Order: sequence, then structure tokens, then C-alpha cells
Amino acid sequence: MWNVSVSPHVRSNESVDKIMWTVVACLVPPLLLSVFVFGVQVLLITAVSVISCMAVEAISQKLLGREVTVKDGSAALTGMLMAFVIPPGVSFLIPILGAVMAIYIGKHLMGGLGYNIFNPALLGRAFLLATFPVAMTSAWLPPLTDGAIFTYLSSGVDAISTATPLAVLKEQGMLAFREAFGSPAEVYPSFFLGWRPGCIGETSGLLIVLGGIFLMYKRYITWHIPVSMLGTMAVLTWIFGGDTLFSGDPLLAVLTGGALLGAFYMATDYVTSPSTRTAQLVYGIGIGALTVLIRIKGGYPEGVCYAILLMNPLSSVLDGWFKPKRFAPPAGGEK
Amino acid sequence: MSANLTFPKGGVHPPELKGLTEKLAIEVMPLPDELELILGQHIGAPCTPTVKRRDEVSEGALVAEVTKGLGVPLHAPAAGSIKALGSSAHPLRVSAPSITIKTNPEAAPATWEVQEDWRQSTPEELLKKVHDAGIIGIGGAGFPTHVKLKPPADSPVDTLLLNGAECEPYITADHRTMLEKAEEVVEGGKILLKILGIKTCVIGIENNKPDAITAMSSAVAAATEAGFDIRVVALEVKYPQGSEKQLIQAITGRKVPSLALPSAVGVVVHNVSTTRAVRDAVVLSKPLIEKVITVSGRGINRPANLLVKVGTKVSDIVEFCGGVKPDLARIVLGGPMMGFAVSTLDIPVTKTTSSVLFLTEDEIDSRELSNCIRCGWCLEACPMGLEPKEIGIYVEAGRPEDTAQFGVFDCFECGSCAYVCPAKRPLVQFVRLAKMKAKR
Ligand code: SF4
Ligand code: SF4
Repeated sequence: MWNVSVSPHVRSNESVDKIMWTVVACLVPPLLLSVFVFGVQVLLITAVSVISCMAVEAISQKLLGREVTVKDGSAALTGMLMAFVIPPGVSFLIPILGAVMAIYIGKHLMGGLGYNIFNPALLGRAFLLATFPVAMTSAWLPPLTDGAIFTYLSSGVDAISTATPLAVLKEQGMLAFREAFGSPAEVYPSFFLGWRPGCIGETSGLLIVLGGIFLMYKRYITWHIPVSMLGTMAVLTWIFGGDTLFSGDPLLAVLTGGALLGAFYMATDYVTSPSTRTAQLVYGIGIGALTVLIRIKGGYPEGVCYAILLMNPLSSVLDGWFKPKRFAPPAGGEK
Repeated sequence: MSANLTFPKGGVHPPELKGLTEKLAIEVMPLPDELELILGQHIGAPCTPTVKRRDEVSEGALVAEVTKGLGVPLHAPAAGSIKALGSSAHPLRVSAPSITIKTNPEAAPATWEVQEDWRQSTPEELLKKVHDAGIIGIGGAGFPTHVKLKPPADSPVDTLLLNGAECEPYITADHRTMLEKAEEVVEGGKILLKILGIKTCVIGIENNKPDAITAMSSAVAAATEAGFDIRVVALEVKYPQGSEKQLIQAITGRKVPSLALPSAVGVVVHNVSTTRAVRDAVVLSKPLIEKVITVSGRGINRPANLLVKVGTKVSDIVEFCGGVKPDLARIVLGGPMMGFAVSTLDIPVTKTTSSVLFLTEDEIDSRELSNCIRCGWCLEACPMGLEPKEIGIYVEAGRPEDTAQFGVFDCFECGSCAYVCPAKRPLVQFVRLAKMKAKR
């Protein structure tokens, strides 16, 4: 007997698996670069994170009596992204705990893929930040310049930890920042390429942007969220980020912290971001504004993670406000 | 000719796959032994048979008449004897009442000749001929053509559109008809203009059929005549360009309001093959008893464009086209985007069947659905600006009655949303369920 399912009988060859694994693949170049910047232990941390997320996903689905869908790549992507937003010098235990929070509580207890309100990777990070405040805010490593990628494996991490550019800027001001990282002419290129202290996957603006452009070319993401978010950050930092009005450094705002990673890979997460273009623009502006607010006024030097988590629950509200434009309303007006 | 016209919002680009048949001239399929005429070919109540078992009928003879509601009569596609008044398999309703005709291979085929100059007839006389010939919209839903030609008095019509978009993948029946019978289509267009009492006719053709555009343009040029303003426009290749509302918007820029008919914006649309059938009905007094269909897909040995009698069974077509291949996975009556899958070969072609597709596992996609990942692709694809993702989520959550807010009643089930959905969600199915329960 032939298959008689409902029309359409042809469908595009895109699939959830293909999208998720493609995004994972786009994160591989920044990861490899990170190995050269921070050493091989970042590879191990990322592997632990990815494997734990996939394992927690399978176990959660078994426990909850759902179909096991680990191979769709969404848990692997969460694992990858979570590793990307933790410091390179933490213990391997940290991503395992983060995986339980991100996948079991953040995703499956909320209903599974598609029903989670918060970005699981960021939820994992927020949980880790609250649970391990010291490790999560101090296990930074200075970039390696000699290619000796095994350095941090053998020596104790604590001995060589450093501070992130945003922390220096926030706590010690621009002068200290210049002293630590160099003049603008030196800072922009090295930050853009990835040679600066920071989380595992957030440092290389170049590779993150290239991956983002590839995802746009594939039409997996559109420009709306990244551009509105980064644009808002740049403008607001320029206005309010300096000692006087209109003296902030917009470029630095975008090149530091998790701005680029957040804009292209976190804020664009389908499940937790709005679906219509206008709603996406508003959402991106909201994240950008909250990020700058937290960076300038908040207790943490970095705000991208919390800004996105704060905007996540508004996604469906924004979608409700900015519905797609209907072809033509009924002649007598919409009922 | 101006740049390719199109509708602005939504739409998709499925692989066209018309190469399998677009170069093949229309072949006449030999008369099968038996024809099964489904009594409800059109939208509306089925016809009532006017013949009894064992009656002899000639080609074109009336066999069933409209007794209630909208509808058109049904004619014997070939000479023969009435074998049974029973039922046939039907793609939508599991079975449907039908008349089975045992064809008579000895009988000479009817000759249909030019009767008289239709220009001498009144619009009412022409309209009656269209009704009496059993003409319905053969490109789609099967709406009786004469009804569309009598727009309500309060919405005067100024433009006739002939739909030659043929935007469904695989199908080339309209394409070949426009190429091989361009003059007849144009003449049909003039008849429709005369019935409607208007001058302007625009023929829209997707630009993946440049030969048809050329053929139709020359036919139009050759038939220039005072009182008829006919032109051909090229349309961008984008599904569903041939949907009535999208076509009207692409060509005239007018938007048919929700739940309204095209006449609300002064337009009437007819498919090019229907137009040709109108011409045959008027000029030759020939009822709608045969039609051009595309037989295609990688699951059939010899794809073809066939002229078949209405009532020809798919099994006879399979035999004529060299049989099916072992990896055949799905048989579809109509296009791959909106057609109906059938589970038996023992099913007859109706006036609205535009193609029979034999699809292999590689051509269809039977991956299982998963949760909606809220990617929003369906919103981008929907030409009507609806929210298929919400409709699906609500139906799954057991709340189909609350889906009117997402526009279910504007959905014409084009399938663009389900085509793009990466989670393989059966959004058209969800919409159908929602339409049954939703409150207007
Ligand atoms: S099937 Fe309906 S909801 Fe889906 S794209 Fe077509 S009109 Fe929109
Ligand atoms: S395309 Fe499919 S997965 Fe994406 S939002 Fe629509 S229904 Fe959900």
C-alpha cells in the first residue's frame, strides 16, 4: 500500500537536525582558535559540556517518558554554547552541573525543545555564576602568544589568572585598561582576532561574525536581531559609556565581553526569540539597551547574558504585538 | 512585455521538476475498456443519473443532470453501454457514487465541428452553452464556470485574468495546452470577455515557460480584434503564483478581501485549460468529456502529457505509461503541493484532475514531525500573512476552536508553510482540523 499522508507531498530538505548541526559546525572554528589562545583544556571543557548536555537530554527524555531526540543536535548546540560562555580556567565539574541545569531544568521540565522560555545555555551559565561566583568570575587566562597550548594543563590556573577587559574597564577605568591592553590601534585588531582574556568562545569577533554571515547566507538566521542588538549597544555606549556624554567607545563595546557571540548565536535562538521581523528588531534593541544598562550601572562588568535572559520571556509577547501583516482583512473589517 | 510580475509576501520555490514532461507533446491516450464517471465532479451536490443500466449512450450524450444546488451536467466521454450505477474510489471521500460505462471500441469517435459564429450569439446563449457543456474550473477546485461568469450585480467586473501560471511542480498540462492550442485558448478568452461584457483580458504565465509565453503572445497578436483588449504578462516563478488571490495581486495590484470573491475587486479568473474547454463548448458544442493531464514523477516508467477521457482509471494510465517502478512510494492526484495522495490505482480521473504523479521515496519526504522550534519560517512562507505555527501549536494543545485569531479561515491550504517547516510539521493537516472546530 502507498503512503497517503496529507499535502504537501514534497518538502524542503531542511530539518531541525540540519540546522542545529550546522550551527554547531559554525562554532568549531572559534573553538579551535580558542585552543591556540587559551590552551587545550578549553577543548576538554567544551567536550565535557557537549557530552553532558547530550547525556542529560537522553536521561531526561527517558525519565519523562518522551521520545529521545539527542541526535537532533539541539543538546549538542546547548553544550557548545554553554562552554563558550564560561571562563577557560574552570574545573571540568562546572560544565557537568551546568548541563543538568540547562537541559533538565531549563529545557525538559519546561516542556522540551520548543517550549523552553529561556535560552538553556545562558540559563546554565547564570546558574553557574550564582553557584560558583568565584570560579566563574576569576578563572580567566591571559592569551598565549607562544603557541604553548599545554601550558595551563600543567601549571595551576590560579597562579596565572587575569582580568577581562570589561572588568578592568569597569573597576579601574580607561587608563588602567590602556595600560593593560594597549592603545586603541593595538586593541581593536587583537580583540577582533581573539587575543584577549574572556570566555572560551567569545573572544574571536572575526570567526564569530564569519560564522554568523554563513548562517545568514544559509538563511538560518536573519540580520534583524544581531544588527539591532549591536547597533543599540554601540549607540548607547557612545552616548553614555564615557566619562562625559558622547564620549564612549562604541567599537570597544561590541568587541568586548560576549556581545558578538550573544548577538549572532544566543539572541537568535529560534525557540526563545520572536519570529516576526519587527518583533525581532524590538527584541534586539531591548537586549542591546539592557546590556549597556547592566554594563554601566549593574554589579557585573558583563551584561549580555542577563540581558538576553531578561528579554527571552518577552518574545511571545512581542510576537503577539507585531503579528504578520494579513493579506487583506475581510471587507467589513476584522472581527 | 514588462518585468516578471509577482505577489509580494511569502511564497516558496520548490524544485520545479517540469523537465520530465515539458518537452513532450500531448498524446491521445487510447480509449480504455471502462470509464467511471463520478457524479460529484464539481463543488456542490452530485448530479442525478439520467440513464439506466444497459442503456446505450453515444459520445457526448447527457448521462447525469443537476437536480439541486450549484452544478453542471455530466456527459458520456465515449460511446458505450451503461454497465453500472454504483460507486468509485474517490481521493477525498472514500467512495463516491458514479456511473460506469463499458466503452464500445467499434463506435467511431464523434467528430466535433465548428457550429456557427459565436459572435452572433447573446451572452446569455453563450452562458447556457458553457453550463450545458458541463464546464467547471478544471485547474483546481471545480467551481462551476458559468457561476463565475455571472458576478453579483453589486460588484461590476472590469478585468478577466487567464491563469497560465501553473505554479505546481511537475505539472505541464496547461503549459502544453498553451503551446499547442494557443489560438483556441485566445478564442476562449474572447468568448469569456463577450459573456462578461468587458474588454480587458490579461493572460499570466510563469516565466519558466518562455515558449508558451511566445506562443500565446503571437496568438494574441494574430487575433487582434476591435473590442477585445488581450495581453500576455510574464510572472515570476514562485509558488503559489497561480493561486487566485496571489495572481490577482501580481497582475492588477488589487487585494481580494478575506472571505470575498475576486469579483469584489472587479476581477474574474479562469484557468487557461478551462478557457479552452469553454471555446470547445461554444464553438464545437462539445461537452467537457476529456482533458489534458500530466503523468509524471520518477515512479512511472514513461512520463507523459496525455489527453484522456474523463473517467479513465489510473490503472489504465499506468498500463499505457509503461507501468510503475518498484520504488514507487506515493501516488498523488493533482500537484505535489496541493494534490491528494491515493491508496489505490482503481480510481478515476475527474474533470479537475490536472496530473497523476508517481513519486518515489526520494521525491517525497516522510520524515516524522517534531516539536515546533519557533523558527518562524512558516510565517515568512505564508502568502496570506497567517500564523501556521500557532495554529499547529493550538491544535496540538487541544484548542483548535481558538485559532481564528491566527487566520485559519484565510488559509487556502497551499502548503507553503509545511513545505518549509524544518520540524516537518503537517501544518496543512493542523489547519484542516482547526477549520472544522474554530469559531468564526
Ligand atoms: S497552507 Fe495556509 S497557512 Fe500554510 S502557507 Fe498556505 S495559506 Fe498560509
Ligand atoms: S516552520 Fe515549523 S518549526 Fe518553524 S515556526 Fe513554523 S511550525 Fe514551527
